[in-house]
Amino acid sequence: MKNTIRQVFHSPKFVVGFCIFMAILLTLFIYPLLNPGNPLQMIGLGTFARPGTYVSVYDGVTSPFSTFKLPQADANRLDSLLTTEDRVNMVNWFSLNGVDVAGLDITDTQAMIALWKQHFDPAIRPQGMTKAMRNYYIRLNTSILGASSADALVVSETDEATGEASEKSKITKTDYVNVADVANVVTLPLGTDNFGRDTLKQLVAACGVSILIGLIAGAVATALGLLLGLLAGYLGGLVDDIIMFFTNIFTVIPSFVLLILINYSISQDQRGAGTVALVIGLTSWVWTTRSVRSQVLSLRGRDHVNLSRLSGHSLPRIILTDILPYIASYVVMAFILQVSSGILAEAQLSLLGLGPKTTEVPTLGLMMNWAMLYSAHLNGSWWAYFPVILVIALISFSLNLMNTGLDQVFNPTLRD
Amino acid sequence: MSNKILQVKGLTTKYVTRFHEDVYAVDHVSLEIEEGKSLGIAGESGCGKSTLALSLMGYYFPPLHYISGEIMVDGKNISGMKPDDVRKSVLGTEIAYIPQAAMNALNPTRRIRRFVEDVILAHDPKADKKQISEMAEARFAELGLPASVLDRHPVELSGGMKQRTVIAISTILKPKVLIADEPSSALDVTSQKMVIKMLRDLMEKGYIRAMIFITHELPLLYNVTDDIMVMYAGQIVERGTAKQMVFDPIHPYSRGLMHSIIVPEAGTRGHKLSAIPGTPPNLKNPPQGCRFADRCQYVVPQCRVSPIPMITFDGTRTYRCGHSVAHLREVYSHDDA
Amino acid sequence: MTMHEPQSQSRAAGAPQTPADVHSRPLCLSGKGVTKVFGVGGKQTLAVDHVDFAFHEGELVSIVGESGSGKTTLAKMLLGLLSVTEGEISFQGKPRDIRTRRAKKEYWKGIQAIFQDPFSSFNVFNKIDTVLLDCIHMTGGRRLPYAEKTRLMEEACSFVNLKFAELTNKYPFELSGGQMQRLMIARVFLLKPKILLADEPTSMIDACSRATILDMLLQLRDEIGMTILFITHDIGLAYYISDSVYIMEHGRFVEHGTADEVICAPKAAYTKRLIGDVPKIYEPWDLSTV
Repeated sequence: MKNTIRQVFHSPKFVVGFCIFMAILLTLFIYPLLNPGNPLQMIGLGTFARPGTYVSVYDGVTSPFSTFKLPQADANRLDSLLTTEDRVNMVNWFSLNGVDVAGLDITDTQAMIALWKQHFDPAIRPQGMTKAMRNYYIRLNTSILGASSADALVVSETDEATGEASEKSKITKTDYVNVADVANVVTLPLGTDNFGRDTLKQLVAACGVSILIGLIAGAVATALGLLLGLLAGYLGGLVDDIIMFFTNIFTVIPSFVLLILINYSISQDQRGAGTVALVIGLTSWVWTTRSVRSQVLSLRGRDHVNLSRLSGHSLPRIILTDILPYIASYVVMAFILQVSSGILAEAQLSLLGLGPKTTEVPTLGLMMNWAMLYSAHLNGSWWAYFPVILVIALISFSLNLMNTGLDQVFNPTLRD
Repeated sequence: MSNKILQVKGLTTKYVTRFHEDVYAVDHVSLEIEEGKSLGIAGESGCGKSTLALSLMGYYFPPLHYISGEIMVDGKNISGMKPDDVRKSVLGTEIAYIPQAAMNALNPTRRIRRFVEDVILAHDPKADKKQISEMAEARFAELGLPASVLDRHPVELSGGMKQRTVIAISTILKPKVLIADEPSSALDVTSQKMVIKMLRDLMEKGYIRAMIFITHELPLLYNVTDDIMVMYAGQIVERGTAKQMVFDPIHPYSRGLMHSIIVPEAGTRGHKLSAIPGTPPNLKNPPQGCRFADRCQYVVPQCRVSPIPMITFDGTRTYRCGHSVAHLREVYSHDDA
Repeated sequence: MTMHEPQSQSRAAGAPQTPADVHSRPLCLSGKGVTKVFGVGGKQTLAVDHVDFAFHEGELVSIVGESGSGKTTLAKMLLGLLSVTEGEISFQGKPRDIRTRRAKKEYWKGIQAIFQDPFSSFNVFNKIDTVLLDCIHMTGGRRLPYAEKTRLMEEACSFVNLKFAELTNKYPFELSGGQMQRLMIARVFLLKPKILLADEPTSMIDACSRATILDMLLQLRDEIGMTILFITHDIGLAYYISDSVYIMEHGRFVEHGTADEVICAPKAAYTKRLIGDVPKIYEPWDLSTV
């Protein structure tokens, strides 16, 4: 036993897979400690906030200022002011109004702004431009002028009783606040999803739930497959015929179709993560049964089993001590594969909207489902679905790698 | 004048285990076989006799590695050749090899005739298929195989028939040396006899010029080969003619082997069989002196000091033991009495 | 090759000898019309075809046949691992009853086996101690003090020339094939059944370990009085070791008698062929008969 484990950890494939999987598990346990709270809490209003660090503007204004005169400050300000979309619109405006844009580089902010100041006139109404578009250009112009003007911003306070605004403080362009002084800073490495929930926090929680679903589904499928396979293989005769009859029926019905039908027939509010895991497990025991049975059939004729029978050992004892240990390695490998396919099956089901009910726990499949329903893939919010795909692939990859490594250890003909 | 077909000098090969340990399964083996003669190799399982057979082909692939030594087939040195060159210019024409499981090597979906064509076309791409067929039919008939075998699939043939067919196919190019490693051990006695008869025919009709026959069945070896060589722990410990080796073994290990012979012949029932106690040494770390010392009942402290060289006696016989021949003979006669 | 005189040196000390009265002793295991048919409907194979046999107490009987002759099927029927299609087997004079689990368990106290492949005969997950302790427990020694159990295991190991101290806490696969087969005999020594069925116990091990195994089987017969059924394809082995020999061809016994009768003066054509096909060393081996 000790020797087997040593051999297993000599297999590079197994070790790599094991390390990846352990790293994922470790993250699952450590991340909630560092960042506690309900992963499904809607912290943001509006959908799909971009990944990044968010600083409270209110707290920033009331924090103590320091003054810096940085040479690049103005240029940076203008750079970040103009998005790529703004720049394209500016070029559009130029060409609509007959300005020569040949040789203009849209990443060259200074040249763009110089040209803009020279030609833009809010009074011009190009033909066919909507009012909304015209207002957009006027707003853009204001902000460009504002950014390049030397004025300070005024922070005013409204008196609740009189409704009068009074100047509270002025913010000049050389005022800086230390981020550490700002009371509220929130870092969202993967932004928020469609409901304004922290995607990373949700991903970690979903990952844990999905692995749990995989484990339950795998355990159910392996246990059922093992039990039926052992009985069919060792007892033979009528028991074998009956078990194989049902196994063959389940083999010819595609298990995913079965999954969809069963999940569809369970009402939404009955469908917890546990139910879904159970259903996945109950539909995927077939192949384990078949292969356990064939292995038991060949083991049954081995001399050590015959000797055990001659020693008068009882049936459960023969199965437990003389047959089960021999197929244990295979069962472990089957279990790992079942876990991996359980996780994938949950993702597929949830993507189709047949996963666990949506209010209680996140799962990897549900996250994909939400991202798809709110068109994250169309509006470029990659952070809502891409990390999920990556995590599913990583879990599946590490489990399959472990399986291949085990296979090479236990099946010497596959060794290279 | 005797013409030496196979000459091997100081051949050493090793296995590399999965834990990167070296196992010297063939350790400085030197032997020669004259034209028309056959040599038998005997020994316990794990003594290196099968590894020697593989090493003699010059065709090395991991975990077997060539270390040193020379293999000359009819004056041509084949040691140190690249595996591809060995396959093209040595296997089949210079040396043919038949392992125990050879009969399972035939692709069950092809007819026997195709295998014959494959062998010949691999060495002579321009050969005419009709001529090949005629030649194969003639050869099969001469070796006592019905010509109908050529049009059968391997699955239609019995184990013994398949083994004989494989032997006929692998000697179709008249190799100079045939190495047969337990060719009949998986067969029942009647098929075994047919295989032996075929090997004898091949020698007598000149299709092969020398043969190495490996088996742990000593009565078989006695009946098939001219000379017998005993291997122990990767080394040759004794060589002599079959008769000398069976009835007058000198090395204590050979003597132990020969005394375990059981034959169904009147009068042999009263013989006490002898058994060699203990197990062979681990070749990862063989003992420095005589490798048989731990199991030998005649061991003296000098045996363990330094490696024992091969010693020639009675003109042609050789053995590897610290005791003199006269001393051993005296001890044996004392034991028997 | 020339003919040689049989070796003049005598190796008689400790050589097998047939007990003089063996054929007049009471029957230990006998059978009448024992038949085994495999398969149902149109595809039936007759593996063992109405064989009769009578094995005496303390007799060493060989059953010789080529592969496919039905000798292993017969062995499995005798062991009660396969059902008998037709015919009756009697154990110690009474018809054998193995219909219930309890009756089977009782029968198996009287018959044990050693199989061909030592590497598959042991459960590789059990230590050697477990294997031997299990035998002590089976023979009712479950409540013995630990020291007594150890003494019994040591005794069994020394019977087969193994040292218990070197084996304890080891696994069977750490031993060589010959040692494993000896451990099997140690197991039988502890169980002390009436009958031992040895199914090709030497065919997977070296010629030099073979002699040891054969000697130990003879010792079991001589010291404990066990009836031993030795199943083999090697007629030389059968001649060396057995008191009686049964020759089996296509599921039938074609000839039986004492070892000397059957080997030195064979009557059946099949026996003659078997003997003729085995290489000899004292007489020339006739290769022209194939």
